[in-house]
Amino acid sequence: MPKANVTFQDIGVTVTVPAGTRLIEVSEKIGAGITYGCREGECCTCLTKVISGHEHLAAPSVLEAQVLKDNLAPRHHRLACQAQILGGDIVVKPA
Amino acid sequence: MRAAAPIDQAVAVGNDVHWIGAFDPDLRSFDIILRTANGTSYNAYVVRGSEGVAVIDTVKANFSAGFFRRLESVADYDEISTIVLNHLEPDHSGALPELLRRATRATLHVSHQARPMLKGLFDPEEFADRIVSVGTGDVVGLGDRQLEFFNTPYLHWPDTQCTWLASEGMLFSGDFLGCHYCDERLFNDAVGDFRFSFEYYYAHIMRPFRAYVREALELIEPLPIRTIAPAHGPILRDDPQDYVRRYRALSKSGLHNTTAKTLIVFYISAYGATRRMAEAVAAGAEFASGEVGAAGEVRVSLYDIEGSEPQPFVDLIEEADALMFGSPTINGDAVKPVWDLLSSLTMVDVKGKLGAAFGSYGWSGEAVPMIEDRLRRLKLRVPVPGVKARLTPTADEFAACHELGRQTALHLLGRATPRVIDMSALV
Repeated sequence: MPKANVTFQDIGVTVTVPAGTRLIEVSEKIGAGITYGCREGECCTCLTKVISGHEHLAAPSVLEAQVLKDNLAPRHHRLACQAQILGGDIVVKPA
Repeated sequence: MRAAAPIDQAVAVGNDVHWIGAFDPDLRSFDIILRTANGTSYNAYVVRGSEGVAVIDTVKANFSAGFFRRLESVADYDEISTIVLNHLEPDHSGALPELLRRATRATLHVSHQARPMLKGLFDPEEFADRIVSVGTGDVVGLGDRQLEFFNTPYLHWPDTQCTWLASEGMLFSGDFLGCHYCDERLFNDAVGDFRFSFEYYYAHIMRPFRAYVREALELIEPLPIRTIAPAHGPILRDDPQDYVRRYRALSKSGLHNTTAKTLIVFYISAYGATRRMAEAVAAGAEFASGEVGAAGEVRVSLYDIEGSEPQPFVDLIEEADALMFGSPTINGDAVKPVWDLLSSLTMVDVKGKLGAAFGSYGWSGEAVPMIEDRLRRLKLRVPVPGVKARLTPTADEFAACHELGRQTALHLLGRATPRVIDMSALV
């Protein structure tokens, strides 16, 4: 199975994860500062800044794109509860 | 004594500006978290211009009838061109759907953040072409006067904004600068002594968002304000700037004269084991501070939770950069004084602070992961796994406590060694 390296910059931890994992699944296990509310892509609590490697995340769904737009999310920001990791190296931190 | 507001009649609060809100003197608890010793008011306003009428905010739903009667005493529905909702919480938006139905020419102006929330109040499709979202600097004209908007989020919801009527020097501030105080004499120079209510409201509603309070004050302070018209409590027409200054003072950091990072170790201990672990944790944090030398300093404090009520600790926590909690496990749980403290933290902003947990236990040790989970849900970062020790800690377990304190302090100073781990190693 393809792997990816996700670095949570706020706590200085890099995790090797299988492709298909959502960001929030990793961040909550290691205690990174990305928090979540609904986990259903609605509340925007888990807004995350993708510092690099945004191309290694699956494209936002229509729902996620709408929520990002509604909440005025800047470029390269994603919902950790929705963003699926595809591979490569990704660096993130809480928005 | 000033006269009380007449029943079902609007009250003039400026030139062609009227109060059309409602009094709720019997309310004794607001949003569950606040006591309201003499009730509250739901303030709403009408602003008339040469080419339009604006309604700013509405009231709680069960006060709608009086709100509409007051509105009808100063405006016809066909005249209303603009509705402004500075905040969508139900105590201000209760009459909004009906107002939109009656004032068919009116356009609703809300903040950008409020717009997606509207679907929680009504079917937005019903009024889809009559909703405009606005931000700082946007204006809506009423002919000879205009309303200007200031985006002031998290005071105390994401959607909150303030509306400025420059021609009157009047700021419609929403919940910002408001308070739960019910007095039909309406103005701050006519009502009873509401200082306690003003301070209490800030402490419970605004304090968790004090960084946003400061951002809002940057927008508000330069305005030549003559009247503050909040959504709750007295209208502030006598020395309104005094209330702005008070918010500035309240929103400042309580700590002075220190550039050091602050780390607090809280503990509670039944037989002394968790206390000794706490001492080792604190020593580890001190050690880290010595390691990095001039590159940074961590000011470490150690407190027994049993030694105080939660409130003074909450004040300390608000200013701290890292919080470490030690609790024994009793009957599969952290002990109540720990939860009492951890359940008091919604009053302050703890987002992004560092957190950690440790503690002694008899046979299962659930307290540590339960505290860690609570800290994460309070939006703290928990970068270093906690330490548990069965009954009397061993030398290795004390060393692990020392390392927990050391690593947490190094994180605080930005000196932690980056870690690489495989997800399969995570529980």
